[in-house]
Formats: sequence, structure tokens, C-alpha cells
Amino acid sequence: MTLPNRQKINMKGDMGVSIQNETVLSGDKPIPLIHYENFGKSFGTLVATKGVELSIRKGEFVTLVGPSGCGKSTLLNAAAGVFQPTQGAVYYEGASVTGYNRKVGYMTQSDHLLPWRTVERNIALPLEIRGLSSAQIRSRVEELIDLVGLNGFSKSYPSQLSGGMRKRCALARVLAYDPETLLMDEPFGALDAQLRLAMQVELRTLCLKLGKTVVFVTHDLDEAVALADRCVVFSERPGRVRQIMEINLPRERNLYRLRGDSQYAKLTTSVWALLAPSFEQGEKQ
Amino acid sequence: MMRVWLLRILIVGGFLLAWQFGSGSVIPEFFVSKPSIIISKFWLWVVNGSLFFHAGITVVEALAGFLLGGLAGLSIGMLLGRNELLGKVFDPIIVVFYSIPKVALAPLFVIWLGIGIEMKIVLTGTIVFFLVFLSTYTGVRNVSRELVAIMKLMGATERQVVLKLVLPSAVTWVFAGLRLSVPYALIGAVVGELIAANRGLGYLLSNAAGQFDTAGVFAALIGLIILAILLNMAVRAFENLVLPWQKETQKREMSI
Repeated sequence: MTLPNRQKINMKGDMGVSIQNETVLSGDKPIPLIHYENFGKSFGTLVATKGVELSIRKGEFVTLVGPSGCGKSTLLNAAAGVFQPTQGAVYYEGASVTGYNRKVGYMTQSDHLLPWRTVERNIALPLEIRGLSSAQIRSRVEELIDLVGLNGFSKSYPSQLSGGMRKRCALARVLAYDPETLLMDEPFGALDAQLRLAMQVELRTLCLKLGKTVVFVTHDLDEAVALADRCVVFSERPGRVRQIMEINLPRERNLYRLRGDSQYAKLTTSVWALLAPSFEQGEKQ
Repeated sequence: MMRVWLLRILIVGGFLLAWQFGSGSVIPEFFVSKPSIIISKFWLWVVNGSLFFHAGITVVEALAGFLLGGLAGLSIGMLLGRNELLGKVFDPIIVVFYSIPKVALAPLFVIWLGIGIEMKIVLTGTIVFFLVFLSTYTGVRNVSRELVAIMKLMGATERQVVLKLVLPSAVTWVFAGLRLSVPYALIGAVVGELIAANRGLGYLLSNAAGQFDTAGVFAALIGLIILAILLNMAVRAFENLVLPWQKETQKREMSI
């Protein structure tokens, strides 16, 4: 396989800062952080997704929506290097992803906390893996518990926590090792509406503050618009990119007030209009 | 709670009274003895120290077998659970051996090891091995692959995955196997003593039976019951120490 140009640029050394500036300042084409090139993945005879072309820029909050089974989660898994594409390639910072991509943090609908560890020990897990000293771990964990608002629960086991608190704990754990990119697969799917909104606010604020890139899969169209800088709409299986919508809402937005926002209403309506036919079709199958 | 205890005491007390006065009138005393005689026999053994001597031997056999079988079951279960090839090769072989009633191996162990304490330890160990092996193997196999992937993304090495994820998540299963093994360890030791021995609670029991001393048989049974209860309590206490989160889970109020 020939390496694309991106790879060469990245090899030149300390380009990180200038690339970031480019992203923010100019319309030139900088290296995308994640790039899917003619990406396809089949599981046996089932073609989950094919021919996906998608670039995700650094610092962006991108949501992926589409009918169920259109391969949205497949895209996240491939970016994390959990499996290899059967067609095309995935590039991370210009290099093809082979094997586990340690620059990403993964969060799924199930929180995957370790039931035998307390909240603080769960959050400490990635730090232990990195080999930090126990003093460093302690202070970092304290910070994180504060950040996600779990004060007073550090000694609790996951089984003693509510669903929302478990999500906060999982979020703190994924933030603990400071991955550049967060891959989130319907992380708030199981939460009730009120809690979900609270978590959305938290996530959006935190990621903006920490400059994280987020790729967020959801089936909730309101969520997809409310959180996103860009929203990618997929077709039914085999999933392809149907449309990429620029969500031109302010970067610092008040999610609690969005419901009444006319721009937000317009955007959700158009996403709905895009997806309604495939939803209808899915119903008939 | 009070009512439960009151009922319990009434039932047990009633049973003992019926036994005491029914024996000799309804059923010949030769077959069932009398609670009062059993208690005095038991007390006699306590006072002259023979109970502790024999119980001590049985405990040593059961514990040694429990440790040996448990350790072997744990390590081989880990190995076969983590190594796919070995697991596939040995899986059916172990299932075949599992289906043998382990007690039937006792005569073989007598030929190999004689009638000393070694034979009882090996018999107990064999019984415990299979129980612990199977639950460890299942536990290791059931470690969530998603969690393994998530840990790998955090940068974990294979060793860290085993230490921080596979071992602790298998511990729950291991303990299920261990708890299950306690009564079986006792069975192994006692059966070994019944077959051939000159000491141990099983010997005390068969010796009393050989002399048609019904009260002695029942007294030895009481000793065995007390031993089983103590061993169970020890495992439970150890479990609460090692798996504190399980206790927390049990404390939660049930809801669906």
C-alpha cells in the first residue's frame, strides 16, 4: 500500500501546532485527524458499510446518525483499530490505523466499569496502566472526580451508583488518560431524557474546554444536532455518507435553551426529512 | 424475625422431644439411640479429647486437598481459559474425566498411596480440582472482550490485562467453585476415612457403626455437621474480605 501525502507531511516533525493553527485560521486543507478513504467493512456476507469518504478535523464535535445497522459503530471501531477495514483504509493523523489506536478513548452505551473497583479506582485504571506514581494518580483522580461532579462517591462501587453517575465515572475514566479523540457510541442511550440532557451539556462543555475531538454515534436526531459542529447522515445498510450538515449554531451554546431556537428547529427538521424515508423503509422490511 | 425463630425452636425442640420419648417405645432404641445419650457420648469425646484429635485429622485432609485441588484447578483453568489452542485440545478430555464419580477413584488411590493421609488428600484434591477448574475456566472465558479492547486502547499490555481484568473478573467464578467445593472436600476426606483409616471423623463414625454404637454414629455426625458449618463460615468470611463489592451488591434493595 502506498502511503498518502499526508503521511509525509506528518513525518516532518513538530507540525502539531501549525496544523492546529491552520485548522482554525485558514480554509486550506490541513491533515484531517481521522480520514476514511473509500472505507468499507463486511462481516462475512453482511456488508455493514462501504465506500465511506469522511474526514474529521481536530477539535471538531462530529455526530453520526443513520438507520440502525448502517455501520456507524463500525466506523468508530475501525478508527480505534479494533478491526481492519475490508475495503479502503482509515487514517489517523495521516497514518493508516493498524492495531489498537492509543490516541483515542472509547465510550459505549454500556459503561464497562470494573465492578470490583470503586469509583476512584476505576478512574485510576488507565493511570495505573500508564505507570504513574500513586501520588500522581491520587491527585489526578481527585481532579477528575471534581470535573465530572462525582464528589462524595469516590469510595462507592459501580453497583451502588445510579445510571447517570456510572456514566460520569466512565467519562472521567476516559478523560483520565487524556486521549486526543473521544469515540462515543450512544453513550447516553440508556439514560432518561433529563439526565441525558445534563450529560450532554457536561460533555459538550468539557470537550470544548479540553479541546477534544469527538466522534459521537447516536440514533437520537435531536441529540445529533444539539451536540454537533457537523452532523453526518448515513444511508441504510450498506451505510454510506448521505449528507454532511454544518450545524451553524454557536460553538458555546446553551443546550437547555435550544428547544426554542429557530435555527435548531430548522436543522433537526432537515435531518428528519433526510432520514424519514429510510426509517419508513426499515419499518416495512 | 422473632416469629421465625420461635417456630424454628418449636419444631426442632418438638422433634428432639419426640425422638427422646419415641425411642424405646415406638422405635427400638438400638436403631435411633436417644438425643440425651448422643449428647453425653459427644460430650465424652469432647472431654477426653478424641473428638478434637479425629476432627483435626479430617480438617487437615480436607484443607490440604482443598488447597491442592483449588490451586491446580485455578492455574490450569486460567491457562486453558486464556490459551485458545490448549483450551480446545483439553476441553473434551477434561469433560470425560469430570463425568467419573471421583469417589470411584478411591480404591486406585489406595493402591498407589496406601491407606495413609496422602490418599485422602489426593481424593479430596481430585474432587475439588474439577469444581474449581470448571468455574475458573468458565470465568476466564467469560471475560468481556469489549473490556479487553477498552483496556488495550488505554495502552494495557497482555500482562496488565491479565492482572487487572482477567484475574479479578474470574475471582467471582473461582469463589463460586471454592464455595461449592467445601462440602465436597469434607465428603472426600470422610469417604477416604470410611474406606480405610484408623483415625479421623470418618473412622470414628465407621468404628462406632462397627460396634453397633448408634449413639456414637450420631455423635460423629454432629461433629461433621459442626465442621462443615465452620468451614463454610470461613470461606464466606474470606470471600467478603476479598470481594467486598459483592456484599455491597447484595445489600441493595431488589427492584426490577
